[in-house]
Amino acid sequence: MLGKLNWAAFPLDQPIPLAASVFVVASIAAVLLLISIKGWWPYLWREWITSVDHKRIGIMYTLLALVMLLRGFIDAIMMRAQLAIAAGGAQGYLPPEHYNQIFSAHGTIMIFFVAMPFVIGLMNVVLPLQLGVRDVAFPVLNSVSFWLTAAGALLVNLSLVIGEFARTGWLAYPPLSELAYSPGVGVDYYLWALQISGVGSLLTGINFTTTILKLRAPGLGYFQMPIFCWTALASSLLIVAAFPILTATFAMLLLDRYVGFHFFTNDLGGNAMMYVNLIWAWGHPEVYILILPAFGVFSEVIATFSGKPLFGYRSMVIATLAICMLSFMVWLHHFFTMGAGADVNSFFGIMTMIIAVPTGVKVFNWLFTLYGGRIRFNVPLLWALGFMVTFVIGGMTGVLMAVPPADFVLHNSLFLVAHFHNVIIGGVLFGAFAGYTYWFPKAFGFTLDERLGKAAFWCWFIGFYLAFMPLYALGLMGATRRMQHYSDSNWQPLMLVALGGAIVLLAGITLMILQLVVSIRSRERRRDLSGDPWDGRTLEWSTSSPPPPWNFAVLPHVDGVDAYWEMKRGGSDFSGVKAKPRHEAITMPRRSAIGFVTAFFAVVLGFALVWHIWWMALAGLGGIAGTVLTHAWRVDGEIAIPARTIAAFEQAQKKSRAER
Amino acid sequence: MHSAWLWQAGVLDPQGPIGAAERTILLNATVIMLAVIGPIIVLTLVFAWWFRSSNRRARHVPDWSYSGRIELVTWSIPALVIMFLGGIAWIGAHDLDPPRPIHSTKSPLDIEVVSLDWKWLFIYPDQGIASINRLVVPASTPIRFRLTSASVMNSFFVPQLGSQIYTMAHMTTRLNLQADRPGIYRGLSAQFSGAGFSDMGFNVVALPASEFAQWLAATRARGGKLDASGYAALARPSIATPAATFGAVEPQLFETAVMGDAIASAKPRVSVPVGTTSGRAAN
Repeated sequence: MLGKLNWAAFPLDQPIPLAASVFVVASIAAVLLLISIKGWWPYLWREWITSVDHKRIGIMYTLLALVMLLRGFIDAIMMRAQLAIAAGGAQGYLPPEHYNQIFSAHGTIMIFFVAMPFVIGLMNVVLPLQLGVRDVAFPVLNSVSFWLTAAGALLVNLSLVIGEFARTGWLAYPPLSELAYSPGVGVDYYLWALQISGVGSLLTGINFTTTILKLRAPGLGYFQMPIFCWTALASSLLIVAAFPILTATFAMLLLDRYVGFHFFTNDLGGNAMMYVNLIWAWGHPEVYILILPAFGVFSEVIATFSGKPLFGYRSMVIATLAICMLSFMVWLHHFFTMGAGADVNSFFGIMTMIIAVPTGVKVFNWLFTLYGGRIRFNVPLLWALGFMVTFVIGGMTGVLMAVPPADFVLHNSLFLVAHFHNVIIGGVLFGAFAGYTYWFPKAFGFTLDERLGKAAFWCWFIGFYLAFMPLYALGLMGATRRMQHYSDSNWQPLMLVALGGAIVLLAGITLMILQLVVSIRSRERRRDLSGDPWDGRTLEWSTSSPPPPWNFAVLPHVDGVDAYWEMKRGGSDFSGVKAKPRHEAITMPRRSAIGFVTAFFAVVLGFALVWHIWWMALAGLGGIAGTVLTHAWRVDGEIAIPARTIAAFEQAQKKSRAER
Repeated sequence: MHSAWLWQAGVLDPQGPIGAAERTILLNATVIMLAVIGPIIVLTLVFAWWFRSSNRRARHVPDWSYSGRIELVTWSIPALVIMFLGGIAWIGAHDLDPPRPIHSTKSPLDIEVVSLDWKWLFIYPDQGIASINRLVVPASTPIRFRLTSASVMNSFFVPQLGSQIYTMAHMTTRLNLQADRPGIYRGLSAQFSGAGFSDMGFNVVALPASEFAQWLAATRARGGKLDASGYAALARPSIATPAATFGAVEPQLFETAVMGDAIASAKPRVSVPVGTTSGRAAN
């Protein structure tokens, strides 16, 4: 009846997982209880859960990323604490079976459920506003994407309470992830969670690509698009090209595990290295899916806070597209040590290095954007400067490992761990935080506290160096990744420094939470009525904060890259809005529950498949099919907003601006 | 030992020609790149500080966004550096390709390596002996490795000797290393392989030629034979297995390990639930 599910699946005999499960269940219950007591359900359902507004969906993505960041960080600090004590003969406090789940969950969560939703969330909020349009190309699909991502996140966290997570590392290399070596449900949780969220990511890629290619304000040609749109386009194209590889690879591993196929097994002709090739054919583009939009954020932030247009716009576009193309030709550098031969290794090594050329150009262009500006040191710019200083170090160690003989001694070491945290924290996460602070007033209509924001930045910046510079050194000393204990107690002092760094990062996270709470509580005082708190250059700053559901009452007409800057210069204070515009009714998509309902059934399906509860899997699958069919037969998917409402809104906006 | 304590036993303190060449490449490439990123870091901080909005002495060019000459330089600097590094990568990858023999007047010693759950088996095919979790080799003699895995993937790595290489089931990789001086060098698996992974360390003991001969004789005298059934027993999962030797070893054992036949019938690493059809199921 319940497949493999029984009481043994609950960690009743293991204190640490039990405490974690109780904590997770209790916090979710507390949130749900609070919502019920306050009677917020109808509001949440109407305005958020079923919303197809790109801004709301973007905010929900960002919230998901921030919550998952906490989960991933708890994993991180547990690992650092373990390694700080498990030296010499000591075994630490986490046994291998638990420690191995923690590092697998940490990587999986940080990439799929922190970095991805954060970047996609920012693109969601900003993209249609920068393009001067009213929504993405497929608003309902957008909601489906978000809820599928959330469904994947839920499944990963469910594994904490019921069953176990994979003990295979975040990419689940076979044969270790095959049934013969990982018979538990951990790998299945991993695979189904990522299959479900992977569909969401693919749909997002399709949605954004279509939006950028087909929906732009009048006059907004490709070479008038803000650079963030270009990076979002490159990132979306990469999603469309790379995620099907991931889905197919996982599908093959699932066939191996569920119906006895032999794609990647040791026996009967299976070849595990095929998986390793395929997973990195997705995996390397994935890091550019994450970093390119971050580059876009930095370009916007540096230009805005220098009060100058971005230097070398065309170079930036070419560099972005070059990185986009090259990212598919470098995957083998993740396993030079497979023994593929000198020609193959040098080819992939040199291709990898070539990516450093357009990336280097970008760094120089940011540098020359700063030159001759009037630089304002607001929090977003601090993140950008912190990024420039930190990212070049990560880039250097990356190119270093692209040299095959250097990689032969650095591969899989803590040097590698330091490298990818250097580029993902110093690049993607700093970019996400810069974007979060930069666009927060646009999304909510009030600014975030600057003082706490600066304090948080310094904690992240210093904490990063303290946590990861020791790992570079440890890697050179011969320490490898994923070890649960080590015999060489000479490593312990540096491990303790790294733990200290993690504690400083914890302070940074705490300050960010505090910043959010303080800013919300004092929101009336920090209202931004102008819609343009940073003296911005691009179209998103031309509309009110937060923008109305229709974004722009009249679609703006664009003639240059810094469209809003030119409008401000030309004297018209509000994009495209003439003195007495004639408002027309606007058709917007109706809210839809299909995203939430589909994701609900996806969780049922995923959970049932993990535990081999076949009737439940059928129910989940039927539910998804039924939901999609119901949606396909809907009669009326749109709603018209009368001209009167729009005119009234615009009038109120004008008044509040005039009073300012 | 000429290096600071910090780097002892690490890749910056190589004890053989492969490791030494790799350290040279690593340091050269780092210095070349530091020559570019150092100035970038400094310029970022200097520009940000000098062009701060409160500094009215700073030049202000609010519309400046293009300079063909600067663009030429910004594309050229990274391109030149990468051409240079690309050359190093190409030459280095060929010179230090793991299967490439080490030039020496001495003929190489052949060692066959099998990674098991969770220990290392070293077979000396020409000497007809084998060793677990301890690799004894003559110093300043090239060692020619053939490697495979009887289980999941591992990576054979002795940081002070240089290059690591994967061990993969049903596949054979090749590697050449040499220890220039007698000594004990720490080895490990650098590819996560499951529960016993952290204890997959081993020592490489490099002995002077005469002592190595003595060790061979002593190992033979100590006896013990690694035959098919012994190998099957060895292949069963165990953690932190103590070092051990076998005075005799069945011929072609490495080839058997590559084929994987002996193991398939002898060891379930884990019990597979009833009703599944995995090839590695218990029977």
